[in-house]
Amino acid sequence: MTGFLQQVIQGLSTGAIYASLALALVLIYQFTGIVNFAQGELAMFSTYIAWQFTAAGMPFWLALVLTLVVSFAGGMLIERVIIRPVEGAPELTLVIVTVGLFIFVNAAAGWIWSFLIKDFPNPFPGGAFEVGGLTVGFQTLGVFAVVGIVMGLLYLLFQHTKIGLGMRAVATNPVSARLVGIRVGVTLALGWGLAATVGAVSGVLVAPLLFLEPNMMGGVLIYAFAAATLGGFDSPAGAVAGGLIVGVAETLAGAYVGAIGPDLKVGVPLVIILGVLLLRPQGLFGRAVVERA
Amino acid sequence: MSESTQVTSRAGAPPRGQAQAPGRRVRRQWIVAGVLLAAAIYAPFQLVPFHVFQLTMVLVYAVALLGLNVLVGHAGQISLGHGAFFAAGAYAAAIMMFHWELPYLATLPVAAAVAFLLGLVLGVPAMRLRGLYLALVTLAIAIFLVPLLKRFEEVTGGSMGLSLAKPAPPAWSGLAEDQWLYFLALAVAVAAFLLAAGLLRSRVGRALHAVRDNEIAAEVMGVRLSYYKTLAFAWSAMFAGVAGCVYTWVIGFVSPDSFPVTLSITLLAGIVVGGLGSLSGPVLGALFVMFVPSLSQDINEAAPGVIFGLLIIAVMYVAPTGLAGLAGRAANSLKKTLRKG
Repeated sequence: MTGFLQQVIQGLSTGAIYASLALALVLIYQFTGIVNFAQGELAMFSTYIAWQFTAAGMPFWLALVLTLVVSFAGGMLIERVIIRPVEGAPELTLVIVTVGLFIFVNAAAGWIWSFLIKDFPNPFPGGAFEVGGLTVGFQTLGVFAVVGIVMGLLYLLFQHTKIGLGMRAVATNPVSARLVGIRVGVTLALGWGLAATVGAVSGVLVAPLLFLEPNMMGGVLIYAFAAATLGGFDSPAGAVAGGLIVGVAETLAGAYVGAIGPDLKVGVPLVIILGVLLLRPQGLFGRAVVERA
Repeated sequence: MSESTQVTSRAGAPPRGQAQAPGRRVRRQWIVAGVLLAAAIYAPFQLVPFHVFQLTMVLVYAVALLGLNVLVGHAGQISLGHGAFFAAGAYAAAIMMFHWELPYLATLPVAAAVAFLLGLVLGVPAMRLRGLYLALVTLAIAIFLVPLLKRFEEVTGGSMGLSLAKPAPPAWSGLAEDQWLYFLALAVAVAAFLLAAGLLRSRVGRALHAVRDNEIAAEVMGVRLSYYKTLAFAWSAMFAGVAGCVYTWVIGFVSPDSFPVTLSITLLAGIVVGGLGSLSGPVLGALFVMFVPSLSQDINEAAPGVIFGLLIIAVMYVAPTGLAGLAGRAANSLKKTLRKG
């Protein structure tokens, strides 16, 4: 039983990282209806920026804050320059453009920082403490704390500020939002900026576990997709819940299902995505969209 | 919205401004194809083996892109996992040659059938999904493939892969090995192009275009959406599988790391840049996929990716018909200038 709970804790801790990347995906989807295939690569790029700051001798937390600011600006810039011209285009075009962005950002990181693996400083102490026979690493606690803080801040932003109200209005109905005087263009850019920031957090959290290299987020992205699909692409809370569920499911499947084992774990998100899309396409917490033909 | 809808619907249509009688245009197409084929037959006798090998790989990619073009360019569905079908064809051929020691020519129909069935099986659930969900599922399939191949070591050779003898040229031909492989690939590519051209001109092709341009209108006219989408997926997988089979002949080695996720993404990049929905798009895309990396690698290891990424985005903005469309437009404007002068 202890062993099982230990696995669950392990799963929740990886799940929290998936949740933050899934949250970034959902933020963008809500505002622009785009599933951003480059989200993981943007997070990776942000992580490199954080690495560059710490390598220059900056203390970790200062470097993190600066990185988040840079990521926010970068996200807004990408929305303005790359996404704006294809806004409202068919899904095929949107997917292809974000895939192009994916290839470009990945290669650009390789060009700037080379494809060699870099050690990323771990902000959390290495130790662990024991509760009732369970070992909980400080790393795990740290990840939970950071993801929790990010979600809390997003909640405050969306529910208790005027900007957040405007953003929710744009997500619900852009045309009406524009009619009541909300600047939709700026809001969309803000959405991309926020998503890039949240994604940067997931990159920084995952880098000490995976080592920093340009292809670092490729594996994480598919779990984040599974999380967002499971939770519902239009539900931020669902993305978080989905991330935790996917993390636990992946860890348990790897540990207890012999046929899957650690090497076939990456099949778990595929099964989750397919299962959800076939049985409940809107996800656990999403709204089913009724379309008028 | 309206602008971009136009863009997709224009992708498959002949370029505007061609007012000649259709018969003359078709005849000219045949002449161009004949000249190209003659050049393709002449080329291996003039080039060093390495360049012949490169051209062979161009033909392999062209067949795979032809398949992807049926799906993306003509049926308007997306796949980020075509590398998986390519790998399925490649492994089907390799396993038959390695374990059962079958003659290599016998592997081609089987590889095609395996990929077709796989496309059909995966296409049934996938085609209930639209646009981005399909992209997600196919991407997940491509990611899942590598560990899956490593897992079944007895069959696939695990991470070490399978090494095979390359098809030897028959004595009567008097050809060197690289030339023989080139002609095999050329024969397969020509057959694949004729098949695809026939397919797209038939009832199936018209149905696919209707599905791409307006699903609702297509359904109202009696086109069964799920049937044709699944069929497009399966056909397209089959072409990728055939390309994979020829790949195995040419390289003589398969391993899980030959078919990473980036292969699927590169294939999509190739067809987008080459030209969605045109018959020459796959060839131009294949040239691009083959030569851009090898030419730009000298600048930097990452240069091919940077070029690919920027070009994909640029193509979506300014030339949704890709290189093929640009070539057509250039030819038209040249014709106009000549006529004026």
